[in-house]
Amino acid sequence: MIKCDNRGITVRETVASRVINEMNLRLPSLSVNESVARSVCASFCAQLDPTATEIADIKCAVSEAVTNAIVHGYRDGVGTIYINVRVYEERVVRIDIRDKGCGIDDVKRARQPLFTTDAENERSGMGFTVMESFCDSVKVASRIGKGTTVTLIKRFSERAI
Amino acid sequence: MIGKRECNFEVSAKEGTMTVIFDGEIDHHSAVLVRSEIDAKIYELRPKRIVLDLSHINFMDSSGLGLVMGRYALAEKLGAEFQIINPTERALKIFELAGLGRIINVKKEEKK
Repeated sequence: MIKCDNRGITVRETVASRVINEMNLRLPSLSVNESVARSVCASFCAQLDPTATEIADIKCAVSEAVTNAIVHGYRDGVGTIYINVRVYEERVVRIDIRDKGCGIDDVKRARQPLFTTDAENERSGMGFTVMESFCDSVKVASRIGKGTTVTLIKRFSERAI
Repeated sequence: MIGKRECNFEVSAKEGTMTVIFDGEIDHHSAVLVRSEIDAKIYELRPKRIVLDLSHINFMDSSGLGLVMGRYALAEKLGAEFQIINPTERALKIFELAGLGRIINVKKEEKK
């Protein structure tokens, strides 16, 4: 179970309350930046010495969220994508991907596997499902005309010292 | 962080089978760049079988799934068989999440 409250982030009975490092990245919503975003986030998370799988999970989840901002959030133009990565103690990472685009009118429906509003462009409708599969928690906050914030939380496994 | 950023592909055709060998990363950006070129080749060659070789892919997200599904749909439309070679565990997981694990013909081959 995942909780975010003023105690901190609770992932599987562990409470992580102290941020030990943080990064902010702003990128225009150009598709060439999908690769940039996932590489930069993966690089920043590398300080926790995650496994190769965990890094690949982060890259994939970030790629999905950033792609959504580009394809859907800013579908009619180019806007700014704001990415904030926070590394907490207890090996928890929180990544917020925010856009100020069109917003999602029905978040529950958007999160259904295979649902897409852009089938003609071969969107599979699996973005949120993939994020959920590779992260411990995915939260989506959105307002029509204001934008969307996707919050990914992942706790990396313990490493032998 | 290693490996090619963009996605390249080569097409080889033999005895009615068209094989597309990918190299690099498949995301939304690269999928959009390659799909119409691949489709143009499919229409040009009209193969009986279309094979997508993912052995040399070092990144794929659900946009890669969209790319595969789009080519699968085209294969169906043209009455061609369709096969994927050497998807990574991660790519297979994404196919399975979409319920395609049973539908798409997947083959593991020795990497060349």
